[in-house]
Amino acid sequence: MQTDTHKRPKLGALDLAIKYGFLVLLVGLVLFFSLASDGFASPYSAVFIFQSVSITGILALGVTATLVVDGFDLSIGSVATTALMLSSYVLVVWEMSAFTAVIACLVMGAVVGLINGFLIVKMKVPDLLATLGMMFLLVGLQRIPTQGRSISTGMTLPDGRVTEGVFPPEFLALGRHRFDFFIDRLIPVSVVVLLVIAFLVWVFMEKTRHGRLMYAIGSNERAAELAGTNVNRYKVLAYVISGVLASIGGILMAARLGRGDIASGNNLLLDSVAAALIGFAVLGAAKPNAFGTIVGALFIGILLQGLTMMNAPYYTQDFVKGAVLVVALVFTFALSRRGGGH
Amino acid sequence: MQKTAVKLTGITKTFGENKVLRGIDLELPAGQVTVLMGANGAGKSTLVKVLCGVHQANGGEITLFGEPFHPTTPSEAIRAGVVTVHQNINDGVIPDLDIASNLMLDNLAAPNSGFFINNRKIRAQAREIAARMQLDVDVRQPVSELNLADRQLVSIARAMAHKPKLLILDEPTSSLSATEAARLFDLLDRLRDSGVAILYISHRMSDIRRIADRIVSMRDGRISGVFNDKPLDYEAAVNAMLGRAMSEVDIRIPAKGTPILSLQNVELRAGATPINLDLHENEVVAITGLVGSGKSELASLLFGLQAPVSGEITLNGTPYSPRNQRDAIRKGVFLCPKDRGSNAVVQGFDITRNISLPFLKRHSRGQFLRPRSEQRTAQASIETLGIVCQSTHDDIGSLSGGNQQKVMVARWLAESSNVLVLDEPFQGVDIQARRDIGEKIRETAKGRATVVMAAEMDEAIEIADRIIVMYDHTIVGDHRNQNIDLGRVLAQVAGQNPTDAETGNQTHAN
Repeated sequence: MQTDTHKRPKLGALDLAIKYGFLVLLVGLVLFFSLASDGFASPYSAVFIFQSVSITGILALGVTATLVVDGFDLSIGSVATTALMLSSYVLVVWEMSAFTAVIACLVMGAVVGLINGFLIVKMKVPDLLATLGMMFLLVGLQRIPTQGRSISTGMTLPDGRVTEGVFPPEFLALGRHRFDFFIDRLIPVSVVVLLVIAFLVWVFMEKTRHGRLMYAIGSNERAAELAGTNVNRYKVLAYVISGVLASIGGILMAARLGRGDIASGNNLLLDSVAAALIGFAVLGAAKPNAFGTIVGALFIGILLQGLTMMNAPYYTQDFVKGAVLVVALVFTFALSRRGGGH
Repeated sequence: MQKTAVKLTGITKTFGENKVLRGIDLELPAGQVTVLMGANGAGKSTLVKVLCGVHQANGGEITLFGEPFHPTTPSEAIRAGVVTVHQNINDGVIPDLDIASNLMLDNLAAPNSGFFINNRKIRAQAREIAARMQLDVDVRQPVSELNLADRQLVSIARAMAHKPKLLILDEPTSSLSATEAARLFDLLDRLRDSGVAILYISHRMSDIRRIADRIVSMRDGRISGVFNDKPLDYEAAVNAMLGRAMSEVDIRIPAKGTPILSLQNVELRAGATPINLDLHENEVVAITGLVGSGKSELASLLFGLQAPVSGEITLNGTPYSPRNQRDAIRKGVFLCPKDRGSNAVVQGFDITRNISLPFLKRHSRGQFLRPRSEQRTAQASIETLGIVCQSTHDDIGSLSGGNQQKVMVARWLAESSNVLVLDEPFQGVDIQARRDIGEKIRETAKGRATVVMAAEMDEAIEIADRIIVMYDHTIVGDHRNQNIDLGRVLAQVAGQNPTDAETGNQTHAN
């Protein structure tokens, strides 16, 4: 506990900067790119940005849930890729329906979340280590059934069988269908899913008593416990939310790719963690929050899209993301009164 | 007269607006054990931290054998000859290293020590230190395999390797058994005879009787009593530490109702004298006693954080053994825990959210919160307790300590309860907030049994209808708070009148 944070500062320029700085920066970026590059300010470009960040955004919302209870989930990237491989396996090898594939992935995500929660709550493994272990485990596990190869129609299985299943159109639609919105075929399914999930997570965290208790756990676990909160149950819940959201991300990825690509999703973990952490800085919240997470994901998306349209080479992308993250973290922890308070 | 090892003149220390040390004048003679007594928050640990270089005093002079001594880092203090053994034993040792490395740690950390480690040399030196301390151990054994007492001795031995002029021990026996403590005292006797000045901080009267050459009492950041003459007046020392500034609060004791919570033959820890206690409706009971007397254990017991060793507790006539905190709250037993910073305050939440935390269901429709309902409760609490703030949405961190504590008490007054336990509700709270909180607790006491754990005597007198004294994990006194014989209460707090336990319990049983 620091006692020097107890003084109430005046709402000066610094506070305004902390509160609105990131949003102003976001608007500034949009204006800059709109002026600097033709075609940036168009509905298609906007939708493209949303689409490019939709899967990361969904995963980032999961991380947000674990950050709220002062945890961390490193396994989300691998849960997503496992969902990608699992749905492909169900569809292509077992030739089952799209519905079965989706349910199997969601169940897998929930089970992984339960195991993470169990390791952390009951086995007392520190969150970073438990989910790191789970990450390794899943990265390995998803390769075993196919001996490390990608899954597609017509591939030869380890037992010599040739796969005949296909990705049914209703599954592919999850990744490829676009809804009409003023313009024909404008909004992809994944963007709608992102917005719906973001809204649900926001409502859950801000408007229900469960979300309130989860924030209380994240801020002072002991106090929450002494106030009669079932701390363990909420912690496990956070990891289940994270696992399920990550598996949804994986399903959308599978539907977009149309094959069980073993090499996909390498950047998912870092990107979504970055989005959630950048979210701390939005509106000076200094805490994980759904709205901030989405803004964080968009921020990265806009920056990358703009730089790409201005012909910045692809290999500068990670550098830019890293720089944004560092700046956002400084916003949160050094400048914000509350960020340093606990 | 012995030589003065350390002399402090007018030492002050403030943290923000909080004056922790308000001018300490103290002499520590060489070759004597000075026991420092003081309630929580009296400033003992801050004083120790000033001496061992963790904090710097804001004002005043310290001399060490006549030389000015103002350490800015712990290592500077150690090099000058002021060595501290901290309360938490594991702060003094590194469990994964062997004894030899632990004993020689400060040498290893010294800037001029070599790059490579000569294990044989280290072990030889370590054996020498151990032998000097009559510590019979294999220096190659990892510290993690030692019991607490041996760890403690290792950390003291390590301190002794510096040939200290002043050795400070902060509650060194708090986790030691009686035989382990006896070994420690033998060691301290030898150190004293070799001319080391020892500052010994403790609450245990038995330790103090065994080891003290003189006693210094601290209270509210000042020295409130120095006792040099043998035989030492332990009661006066306790008195000086707890203070008996008579309160102006007028207590009108209401008619007590039916017993709500009863403890029958409850053993707080194995071997302790069983407790029999009835807590009645409308009654405010203060439980007082030194640190380690079992007050906190009793609070934990009532709230289901801990099970009794033996005995039975009944709540409104039915057996009461809460499985966890939630269960206790559901049964109407609330605990406002001590040390609000780590146990109660949720940083980043505003006043409203801090108050509504345990009873969110009451403020929800289905799963969804009703902010207006929460707000009404918060607004009412702010008004009745006089919480100084801008609005119900003030961040809890922006409030002063006293107002934060009011919020924490308001949290548990917001719903009616069968038993309300407040563990040290006046900790780190200014006098006005203390009066406000106490008044509110008494005002609302009708219909429930209220238990207040208070180490400070005047706090207990100010709030209670009945004062219960604990010592050594049992009840040694039970007094109606009217024309109370303070001398007798203080004697019981100091554990000087063990036979009183029976009479105390008997008067109460009637």
